[in-house]
Parts: sequence; structure tokens; C-alpha cells
Amino acid sequence: MIEATGLSRAFSEHDAVRGLDLQVEPGEIYGFLGPNGAGKSTTVRMLCTLLAPTGGRATVAGFDVATEPDQVRLRIGAALQEASLDPKQTGRELLHLQGRLYGLSRRDAATRVAELTTLVDIGDALDRAIGTYSGGMARRLDLAAALVHNPTVLFLDEPTTGLDPMSRAKVWEEVRRLNEQLGMTVFLTTQYLEEADALADRVGIIDGGSLVAEGTPDALKRSVGQDLIIIHTDSGPEAAVRALGSIEGVTSVESVDDEILVSTADGAVTIGPVAIALGKHDIAVRDLTLRTTTLDDVFLELTGSRIQNDEPTPTEEVLV
Amino acid sequence: MTAATVPHTGGAITARPAGAVQDVVAIAGRALRAVPKDLESVVPPVLIAVFFFLVNIGTLKGLTEGAAAGFDYTAFQMATAILLGVTGVSRAPALVIDVQDGYLDRLLMTPVRRGAILVGHLTADVAIAAALTVPIIALGLILGVDFATGPLGILVFIAMSALWSLAFAGFGYAIALKTGNPAAVQSSFLLFFPFLFLTSSYVPRDQLTGWLDTVAGLNPVTYILDGLRALTLSGWDWSAIGGGFLAIGIVASISMSLCFAALRGRVAQT
Repeated sequence: MIEATGLSRAFSEHDAVRGLDLQVEPGEIYGFLGPNGAGKSTTVRMLCTLLAPTGGRATVAGFDVATEPDQVRLRIGAALQEASLDPKQTGRELLHLQGRLYGLSRRDAATRVAELTTLVDIGDALDRAIGTYSGGMARRLDLAAALVHNPTVLFLDEPTTGLDPMSRAKVWEEVRRLNEQLGMTVFLTTQYLEEADALADRVGIIDGGSLVAEGTPDALKRSVGQDLIIIHTDSGPEAAVRALGSIEGVTSVESVDDEILVSTADGAVTIGPVAIALGKHDIAVRDLTLRTTTLDDVFLELTGSRIQNDEPTPTEEVLV
Repeated sequence: MTAATVPHTGGAITARPAGAVQDVVAIAGRALRAVPKDLESVVPPVLIAVFFFLVNIGTLKGLTEGAAAGFDYTAFQMATAILLGVTGVSRAPALVIDVQDGYLDRLLMTPVRRGAILVGHLTADVAIAAALTVPIIALGLILGVDFATGPLGILVFIAMSALWSLAFAGFGYAIALKTGNPAAVQSSFLLFFPFLFLTSSYVPRDQLTGWLDTVAGLNPVTYILDGLRALTLSGWDWSAIGGGFLAIGIVASISMSLCFAALRGRVAQT
């Protein structure tokens, strides 16, 4: 559905995107993960026909973004990094205008506006000036505007940046629903690790304008490390180390400071036997935590630095 | 662009290329709907025009009509007031905001014809300018102005005024699209002064002397004023009326070339 070969974009002396190769399948949610300035938005702007590539080529829905931009535009919807809205129009006016520009009749445009009102949960605010909307409402309207013509491919450029957790969860829910119910191909850029983890079927990691890794979130995480079960006990660590060392799937058990660190290939599978073994040996457990490998660990492994954002590193915690 | 309907599993309503007229009507409609929410862009020019109309009549009517028997200074001044009211009125500042807010990008991601974005705004401007002439003409009629060309002349008067507004607006759009800077668009107002004051705004051309007469002879607004005044004062003087439309055409050919070139630069995917 989206193919890029050697896609590049240079601005004067600066290479924003360097020789990008991409293959996104129909119906897939593809997460494009990278820090600020990595080239995510430049890539999206090329794929959305707003920016011409300076090298390589790309097709979207079978049409070349440089030579057949009109055909591409008919088939894509996009919500860019900043909600691209006119604050003086009402939500209804904006959506209706979008529909008309995509060639919809007045009746069809009105039908789609009614459908989208439900889909993005804008409700009564639809007839208010967009300038009065909260950030979350504006984002959802932006998403609705991208969907008014039932696009085949949806581009979302950092769709939840700046949103509160509740609004973020709503956007995620909509993206999942669009993908599952309509089979829409979604190309999602994000700097939020948990967003890529939660939504994407596959993730491409971009740094310095180049793709440094690609795969399912699980495969990427497994490629660089193991899960860690962290135990705090009121008993001495020696007994716990002895009790856990022989459990199937445990790679190593170490005592570091007041923690016992259990490395395992699959923490979700191993944590149960670990808890049972601790109980069987009468070891008083204060807490037991499973920390899975994160995409940030993957990024760190591949690039030597962490993705900078204000979000907490996602962890799974299981308290016994 | 081929007339294809995009297949999609999710709904029967899908994108198709809209016609050029639908594109222009959609863009113009949005620009016109914005006017009531943006009255500060249209009310002050009319108030200024009415103010100077009344002040200039009060100041110069006795002097001018006393010097030339049968001269109707109110009708003479109405043309100046109209141009004061419509010159520089456009949606170009709103287009700059579209550039800054990213809304222009949203438009550019749709299949809308690029030219239609500009033509739609210009179409709205013509309608707005035509509407702005109405209260000034109404005031003129109340003050006793008599159109020598009758009701049809009033329509031609409105058309000429609106087309001049359009021709001048092209400079604002050129600056808006070239710079994306609201302050730069506001600076296009500076063009207003030589156009409207180095001409026969206050007294007939034959009363101008020296350098001002020379400059007025080169100023297209002089011929537009002559055309407008002919419609009120002397009847279907095709030489004056044609001269007015020709002057508008010359200015428009320059301003439209500039603004469409600026549009091409803005949407060039660079």
C-alpha cells in the first residue's frame, strides 16, 4: 500500500531523509518511531504529496507521489503534527468543506459529517467555532477531517502529541477501530514508545533520516534483550537465588543491592513459576515486578541514545 | 486527473475529482462565511469612506461648485469615496493565517485545483467589494446624487468598483503567498496612498498642476475615477468608461501575474 525506495529529501545542506526503504502492507498499522528531528514528518509530507522527494521514489495506493499526486490525494487522509484547522469555522463547516473538496455531493458530504460526528465523538461542539475547542477535540476533528472521504490510507503525524492521557486513549481507540472495522492502512509517526507499542503491527525506527530497524514491536524488543523480574524480599537473598536458579526459562538470577534480578526470555510466562517457587520456599516477598524490554531499549541499543520525550518509560507491574 | 472513484471497503461515499466550479464555489463560500466573523476587515473601510465622503463634501462643495456652474461635487466625490471603501479590502490576511496555521496544507492535501484556492478567494473579494459599495451609493443617492446612466449605470458603477478592488487585491495575495507574513500583507496598504491620492481624488484633473498632473496622468486610478464619474455625471461616455475598465485591466494583469506566480511558488512542494 505504501512503498518507498531510496526516498530522500535534502534541504540546502541538510539531509532530512536519507535513502528510506519502506513497504507497508494493506490493512497494516505501521508505526514510524523516532525522536524529534529524525525525519518522520518530512517523510509523511513527502508521502502526502506536500513535499517533493529529492531522491528515490515512493508510491501510495499504487500511485507515484511525485508524478501522480492528484491520484494519491484522492486516496489518502492525513492529520499532520499540528491540527490543521481554521479556528473561525465551525466543525461542521470544516468537515462539509472537506467533503466538497473531495468531490462529494452536498448530500453525501452531509451524510459523512453525520457519520463522523459519531465516530470521533465531537457531539454538540460540531456547531461551535473550532477556536473554542480543547486540544483533544481539535485533534479528533482533525482526524475526522482526514476521514471525510473514506481514504484508503490514513497518515497520522504524531496524532497525540500534547494531548492529556484521556484524549490520547480516545485517539488510540479510534485508530484501532478504523483499522479493524474499515481495514484502513494507517501510517503513524510518533515519538511515544508506548503509542507505537500499543498500536502498530510493525514499527520502523528512524534516526538521523535513516531507518535503523524494522519489525513487530515484540520482535524488536526480543532482538535486543530479555525481560527482567525484580524481587524485593524481607528474607536474605541467598535463599531466593537458590530457589529460582533451576526454574525453566530463567536465564540468570543475581542479587544486586537489595534486589534480586531474574533474567528471562519471556517474563510473562516465567513470572508465575517464580512466584510459586518463592512461596514454596517460604520466602517473604515484599514486591515482585516484571519489567519488559521497551522500544526505548531497542532505540538505545541501535543508536546509543534514548528517545527524548516527557513520557514515562512504560513498564508492566505485577504485584504479588 | 482521471475521473476515477476511489474504491474502499469502508463506505460507499468516496473521493472523486470535483469540477473546477465546485472547487471555486467551495473556497469562495468558505471565504464569504468568514466575513460576518471578521467584520473588522470590512466595516472600517466603509466607515472611513463615508467619513471622508461627508467631510470632503462639507469642505469643498461650496468652493468647487461656486467655481464651476452646474458642477455636482457630491457625485464627483462619491467615486473617490467608493474607491476609498473598496481598495485593499480582501481575504489575503485570512490566507496568511491559513498558511501559518497549516490549514493551507490541509487544503493542499485535497485534490482541489491549486488555482481554485486563489480564484475562490478572489471571487469572494469581488462579492464583498460589490456589497461594500451599496451603503456608499445609498448615501450618495440620499445626498442627491443622480446617475446620468440610470439603474444600469449603477450596476456598471458597482462592477467597475468591485473589479478595481479585485485588481488591487492581487498585490495583497502576492505578498501573502510569497511571504506568509501578516505584517508584510499589511504593508501592501502603502500602495493605497499613491494610487488614491496622486490623482484627481479631490478636484478635477484640469485643476491639477505641475508634477501632480503628470503623475495623475500615469496613475490608472485617474482613469477609473473618470469612468465612475462619467456614469454619474455625464452618461454613457464610452471613452471614459472604457478607459476605466482598461486601466483596471492593466493593473489586474500585473497583480494577477504576481499573485498566481506566488501561488505556484507556495504549492511547488519545495
